[in-house]
Amino acid sequence: MIATIAFYLFATLTIAPALAVVFARNPVHSVLWLILAFFNAAGLMLLVGAEFIAMLLVIVYVGAVAVLFLFVVMMLDIDFASLRRGFSANLPFGIIIALVLLGEIIVAVSAWKVGPTLSNHAIPAAAQPNIVALGQLLYSRYLFAFEIAGLLLLVAMIGAIVLTHRSRGDLRTPKVSKQIRRRPGEAIRMLDPGVGEGMKL
Amino acid sequence: MIGLSHYLTVAAILFTIGVLGIFLNRRNVILMLMAIELILLAVNINLVAFSAYLGDLTGQVLAMFVLTVAAAEAAIGLAILVIFFRRRGSIAVDDVNRMRG
Repeated sequence: MIATIAFYLFATLTIAPALAVVFARNPVHSVLWLILAFFNAAGLMLLVGAEFIAMLLVIVYVGAVAVLFLFVVMMLDIDFASLRRGFSANLPFGIIIALVLLGEIIVAVSAWKVGPTLSNHAIPAAAQPNIVALGQLLYSRYLFAFEIAGLLLLVAMIGAIVLTHRSRGDLRTPKVSKQIRRRPGEAIRMLDPGVGEGMKL
Repeated sequence: MIGLSHYLTVAAILFTIGVLGIFLNRRNVILMLMAIELILLAVNINLVAFSAYLGDLTGQVLAMFVLTVAAAEAAIGLAILVIFFRRRGSIAVDDVNRMRG
């Protein structure tokens, strides 16, 4: 009973903010609605026992992606009013497309027959905790894919830095190669100045 | 009793809202990226629901990879957006056809 109530609560609070993301007038509000939608989607995933993915959703989406969106929306001085010009012109066409798509998905899902594995309508009990099982699978069978995913994130990070990096002309930065090439032999001179002669540099 | 079809319905509605968002905000790249995030969230809900009801964790592993790709896509997309804004002073998609190499 409580699971049913929780499901409908989370589902409503995922779908309504998703609509608000699309229809909000201010993009900052859109990002905040997106955060709410992701939180409640994480709740939906908790209900089926996917704890790790739920926590990952909160950490990655709310903690990183949504903050990145918020940062960009607030940092760029964008005239959002002019960007909404085509909104009402696109509205009927967009809604028609959306309804057709939703109808197609519903037809496809209702035509799909639930197999014997899924027909008992209950989530099978997990033999071990979700995170333990996921970790064992990830570091054994999907190790290669996992490494590739890490590499993908590295490439994305380097790409983002390379794209947005701006070299300024008015900075005096140390020349790293010159510093590394220095050896003690050429850096230090031992002198023995006589009394009263001073140093010649 | 909440079954698999409930989750599939939620994911289908979320996916449709994401597609609608792309169609309605044709000029605003930030909102288009957010709509893409919604679509990927719908895919993730589908994957996790099937994974849970089948008792097979592969779907959750795949959902993690989808999450990785979504994060990388958001980072690169917003970086491109920032340099595009620096060059042109606007993020309207209509102007993008002036980007010629």
